[in-house]
Amino acid sequence: MNLKTVKSLLKTETIFEEPGGKDDFEVKNACGADLMSDVLAFSNEKTLLLTGLTNPQVVRTAEMVGIKVIIFVRGKEPQIETISLANQLNIFLYSTDKPLFEACGLLYKSGIGPEEMNYIETSK
Amino acid sequence: MSLQKQQILNKEIESFDFQSGGEASSNLKNILRKLGVPSQTVRKTAIITYELEMNVVIHSLGGELTALISEEELEIRVDDSGPGIEDLDKAFTAGYSTASDEIREMGFGAGMGLVNVKRYADQIDVKSSKEEGTHVKVIINLTN
Repeated sequence: MNLKTVKSLLKTETIFEEPGGKDDFEVKNACGADLMSDVLAFSNEKTLLLTGLTNPQVVRTAEMVGIKVIIFVRGKEPQIETISLANQLNIFLYSTDKPLFEACGLLYKSGIGPEEMNYIETSK
Repeated sequence: MSLQKQQILNKEIESFDFQSGGEASSNLKNILRKLGVPSQTVRKTAIITYELEMNVVIHSLGGELTALISEEELEIRVDDSGPGIEDLDKAFTAGYSTASDEIREMGFGAGMGLVNVKRYADQIDVKSSKEEGTHVKVIINLTN
């Protein structure tokens, strides 16, 4: 599914998109989490993050694991510092009125798979 | 890069600074990318340093992150000036956290920080005392 379809399914409002950026890139998997360590532990690269948290550390966490898109649930609006950091790091931000469970359910039902619970491959 | 380790980053981490917290890890991630370190290793390192950096922000009076690199390995040192970890064994237990409700509301304090660090580090050494603070040394192999 591409990002454009995700936006339409969740009826998102755009908070930040790269100017002139494309929203037709493929979103293969997503994760819903309000605990940043869980995102750090399990997320694969290019994952979409759905979260109820809006502080700048959500964007920082996304940066660390290579998440390109964050959708804030329950209509939450992020702090100005959060938007500014996303702008700097080119991470797209959206907001949906839907709660986390419903937003995840809609995407799952429409074919976005859960992220695999594999950790980053190590030589160990 | 030679066999001898070269310092590639040394950055101060302020206590309770949730606006800048993560900058040291972000800087290191960019440096490693520029040095051509494989992307999976860069991601592992970013997770390790970000968890450790946020531990300093959340739990300590302030500290610093230092990174050294050789052809064979990456060495990360995160040192703070206290107050130290009361029970190190517990700190490595998944789900154990001493973070306040305020910190938990920000998405931290899941009790997975050091657990995540240990998962991705090839070697980890933590020394902690009330008098001397907490000193974490992590080695990430670059040769395999």
